[in-house]
Amino acid sequence: MPPQCSPPRGGGSRHGGLATREACGRVTVRPVERPERDLAVQVYLLEVLTGLGVTFRHFFLNLGRHAAKLLGVDGEPGSVTIQYPEDPPALGSRARTRHRILRRPDGAPRCAACLLCETVCPARCIRITAEESPEALIEKRARTFEIDLGLCVFCGYCVEACPVDAIRMDANDLDLPAFDRKDMIWDLRRLMEET
Amino acid sequence: MSVLWVLAKVAGGLGFGMIWAAFLGWVERKQSAVMQDRIGANRADILGFKAIGLFHIIADPIKLFTKEDFVPQGVRKAFHAVAPSISLGFPLLALAAFPYGGTVEFLGRPWSLQPVESPMGLVLVLGMVAVGIHGVVMAGYASNSYYGLLGGLRGASQMIAYEACLAATMAGAVFLFGTLDLAEAVAWQARMIGGVLPAWGIVLQPLGFVLFLIAGAALTKRTPFDLPEGESEIVGYHVEYSGMKFGMFMMTDLIESVVVASLATTLFLGGWHVPFLTAPGVSGAGVALPPFMGSALPAGLHGPILAALMLGSFTAKVALVLFVLMQIRWTLPRFRFDQLLDLGWKNILPLALANFLVTAWAIYLAKAWGIHIWG
Ligand code: SF4
Ligand code: SF4
Repeated sequence: MPPQCSPPRGGGSRHGGLATREACGRVTVRPVERPERDLAVQVYLLEVLTGLGVTFRHFFLNLGRHAAKLLGVDGEPGSVTIQYPEDPPALGSRARTRHRILRRPDGAPRCAACLLCETVCPARCIRITAEESPEALIEKRARTFEIDLGLCVFCGYCVEACPVDAIRMDANDLDLPAFDRKDMIWDLRRLMEET
Repeated sequence: MSVLWVLAKVAGGLGFGMIWAAFLGWVERKQSAVMQDRIGANRADILGFKAIGLFHIIADPIKLFTKEDFVPQGVRKAFHAVAPSISLGFPLLALAAFPYGGTVEFLGRPWSLQPVESPMGLVLVLGMVAVGIHGVVMAGYASNSYYGLLGGLRGASQMIAYEACLAATMAGAVFLFGTLDLAEAVAWQARMIGGVLPAWGIVLQPLGFVLFLIAGAALTKRTPFDLPEGESEIVGYHVEYSGMKFGMFMMTDLIESVVVASLATTLFLGGWHVPFLTAPGVSGAGVALPPFMGSALPAGLHGPILAALMLGSFTAKVALVLFVLMQIRWTLPRFRFDQLLDLGWKNILPLALANFLVTAWAIYLAKAWGIHIWG
């Protein structure tokens, strides 16, 4: 049986949670040992020299690798930098990049305009206006569907939320930037484009 | 004629600082990149030539000059306008006091390569650098913003932390050379210990040199001592500045690095001397061409060649010190403020004073017992 707890006295305390735990005596204390500071650590200069040793090693090693590459010798690369537009990065197969609206067999967007994605979106960057669908078996459809990729945080919640699997995200399409904020808002046509 | 020569030399000294500042901007980006396994600035190109990013030296100032110079509402306008000039100008002036070379003969008259030949050269340098910090304080005050003010106050407090120590770290060397004249200090270091070891400040004052580098790094206001800036906490004294005025504050740090490196070179690394190319007594300046060059070249050209050698040697040593300073800047995290004050007052100052006392006693005893260590 768990130990009996008395309710926090004074009632309505803003720190009620804390008081209860203290009253229960169940606060566990883990003593943390302070690291011993020997003289070598106390005399900061030695540690500085160690640090400088690391940075100097990296500097000269990388310098040598860059020089070797300039001379046409194969070897380790001198940097881990990815030169983005010329040399696009290979993202993981589960990376989330641009959105995509899937189609029904007849080519119409699969979206049922349920607004679940708009509701769940933490960045509030989805705007949908719904309209009645002419087809008998489908209740609603999206008249407009816009995602502002300038605001999107690429969390993927919209993909998770969709009940009809209408929205998905590509894994490797990073070609999103635009020179105008307005161009970052993707409409239905753009979201359904095949590229 | 001689006035013109002095003016030309002063302009040369300032140019030395400005060129270094521009170049250091590139060095800073590249050196940090290479030691952090990155590539660094490499996009600026002229007709497709990238020259390992060297064109960023041109691109950076163009960008700074063409950016909007925004003066926020509520700043104290007059102070806001002059603060960058004070911050940048005085450390630049300090560069006029350094002996970039000795005196060379050319066209039948001696030419000194030191812009301002003052018997108080060292005091001049320290004074100019100390006035420069007022620009920082003024910028903080003029910004009329809490963050700027905090940065300015930190700048003032930091000056108190390093200024006394900086002078104390050099006291030993100055006492050894027996002069405040920077050219004489360099001439003194031409001598050899036992004919093999150059009697440079770093050989005779190793502790002084290390302490000087630490205090000097604090002077430059760069990491690990960039408390007035402290971008992660208070953004810094230049928070209300933009465009080239901001650029001037950035350049100040680099110019101050050049001043510290020049001072280290002058007092501790033998100035423009190259070991074994010096011959004390020759032409009073203590330098001679190596024999093979002396006989191969027409005698009339010895002066300019000597001057080029001296300037090259001085510049190379400054570059070496700057390289080390830059490496320190990219290795260490920022100190806390109390740590900086502790470092200055409780560690560097006593050590520097002890260094001075030992030096003074050693010189006194050597004189009293008639010991000659150097020629
Ligand atoms: S990925 Fe996240 S932020 Fe972007 S649209 Fe979907 S729910 Fe909104
Ligand atoms: S959750 Fe799916 S079906 Fe619902 S509005 Fe969004 S995309 Fe359309």
